[in-house]
Amino acid sequence: MQKKNWKAWLYLLPAIAFLSVFMVYPLIDVFVYSFEEGYNSASQTFWGTGLYNYSYVLHDPYFLQAVKNTFILVIITVPVSTGLALLISLGLNSIRRLRDFFQTVFFLPYVTNTLAVGMVFMILFKKTPYSDGLINLLIRFFGGQSVDFIDGPYWAKLLVMCIYTVWVVMPFKILILTSALASVPQDYYNAARVDGTPPLRIFTRITLPMIAPMVFYLVITGFIGAFKAYSDEVAIFGTNLNAAGMNTIVGYVYDMLYGDSGGYPSYASAAALILFAIVLTITVINLMISRKSTQF
Amino acid sequence: MKVVLDHLTKKFPNRSKKGGDVIAVNDFTFEIPDGKLIGLLGPSGCGKSTTLNLICGLETPTEGRIFFGEDDVTHLPPENRGVGLVFQNYALYPHMTVLQNILFPLQNLKGEARPSKEEMRRRAEEAARLVQIDMLLDRRPSELSGGQQQRVAIARALVKTPRVLLLDEPLSNLDARLRLQTREEIRRIQRETGVTTIFVTHDQEEAMSISDLIIVMKDGFVHQIGKPQTVYDEPRNLFVATFLGTPQINLFEGRVENGRLYIGQDAVMKVDCADREKLTVGIRPEGFVLQEDGPLCCALQAVEVMGRDHSVVSTHPAAISTTIRSIIPSEETPQMKSGSVRFRLKPFKTYLFDAGTGERIPFSAV
Repeated sequence: MQKKNWKAWLYLLPAIAFLSVFMVYPLIDVFVYSFEEGYNSASQTFWGTGLYNYSYVLHDPYFLQAVKNTFILVIITVPVSTGLALLISLGLNSIRRLRDFFQTVFFLPYVTNTLAVGMVFMILFKKTPYSDGLINLLIRFFGGQSVDFIDGPYWAKLLVMCIYTVWVVMPFKILILTSALASVPQDYYNAARVDGTPPLRIFTRITLPMIAPMVFYLVITGFIGAFKAYSDEVAIFGTNLNAAGMNTIVGYVYDMLYGDSGGYPSYASAAALILFAIVLTITVINLMISRKSTQF
Repeated sequence: MKVVLDHLTKKFPNRSKKGGDVIAVNDFTFEIPDGKLIGLLGPSGCGKSTTLNLICGLETPTEGRIFFGEDDVTHLPPENRGVGLVFQNYALYPHMTVLQNILFPLQNLKGEARPSKEEMRRRAEEAARLVQIDMLLDRRPSELSGGQQQRVAIARALVKTPRVLLLDEPLSNLDARLRLQTREEIRRIQRETGVTTIFVTHDQEEAMSISDLIIVMKDGFVHQIGKPQTVYDEPRNLFVATFLGTPQINLFEGRVENGRLYIGQDAVMKVDCADREKLTVGIRPEGFVLQEDGPLCCALQAVEVMGRDHSVVSTHPAAISTTIRSIIPSEETPQMKSGSVRFRLKPFKTYLFDAGTGERIPFSAV
């Protein structure tokens, strides 16, 4: 028994070593930096320890803007994308002809490069000296006022951001949900039919509870993913997100490290840990809700 | 409620491009009398589940009509037919408790037909009591044994007092002992409710033991309908004879010459039918009687002890299967290990079939 144990650890050693060096150690380091005032990575020096970094970050208007942006993004895009994905999956599940074709179409964004998609959105939304963008053409066609979606009012930028995020995250959700729907045994539907269950009731009382674990999985990973949003913003608004007022928490961390105002690993670490605390809290709440409602 | 199938046919389009449609149910015409327990029996792929789905409305027939009593239900959707269906794997909703599962069909009712909450609860509890699961109402299906799940499924099917109860392979997911118990249960529940019940099975013993009538099917055709004992004693053709009975009926190549039935070189009995060059002789295992100067001479292979009876395994050159199995009461079994063994045949356990069509040839021994 003892010998066997020893062998098991030996087999695990490469993974443990790798993870310790590249995952666990940096994590601990980030934790340590976040309490060290004015840490300098070049000289490996700092002035003192304390909660100063947290205080600074929490009073930084850029950080507060980033938190606001991130929360709005999360609260809007997670329910909208999950709901839309569920609708599309239900549609896909109920058609026979062209199902593969539509499945491919809906899955395309998943395999497309984020920055390439960003370019497409620029063409759709960006105002240039030559064109107002396709969406503005449409708005004007229907008699509306053209809006600058990329450099214009906050709500317009946020709208583009949300549409973009929803569009990018949906393919994966559709993929998961269509397979979840397909895995509900036909017998349940037959039983419901023999019992004369109306379609809406079949959906709410049978389909939804049966795929609930998958929906919760998508909501939880969706929350985590949306909190970590950054590259999508860069794709649309460029690298100077603070100037555009569209920064996210991860964007703020990145800027603190490498941006024009960068070189502050202590602030970055503090911001990263605040993000971690937020994500952890929300995930725990999510898990508690999902445990309660998917017990069977 | 009596159920009448009138020239019912169901064709499925063939998946592959070649070949015509697959005919799952071919021109069924029969009447199921009110309040009886009927076993639809046949090997897998014979169309029995399709028949059940046609009766409950999950499939629509290609041709023909279905009547419940005097009502033509051929084109009614399942919910308007008043059928209760028990699925092979029970199809209990895993996220609902037993009570919620049983209540579900009642909660679907609308308007006039919808009972009050208390009435629903009362009827659900009554159904649960009938199948003896009234102490498990708050459990979820995953916390029940297979037999208990089966009962819940039956209660769910019965709670809306269906005109016809349909059971698809109700016992196939249960272990051997539970199967015996549950089939008694089904019989009891059917007797108590008096609901016309049709159940599908591939297990002939199961069908024979509890059915009032059995319908033997193969390849989409009905081969015989009748009381279990009648079908067993008077099989219409070779398929029915081989399908019913364990151990299986023993088959031999035989001929009739000068009013004598020959199995190989052995003239086994005098018969009153016309001479035939070639026919198939079927003898039930219990149709053999040990007799020292018996006409059928077989080479003994083994004697298997089964308690009440012994199973004598032997071979004969004219036998179609490799071994012949005969059931002999244990006190008559000889104490021998090898050599030849001679049998006399019981005429009413011996059947003659046309070697080509498999149709039964009537005869009587003289």
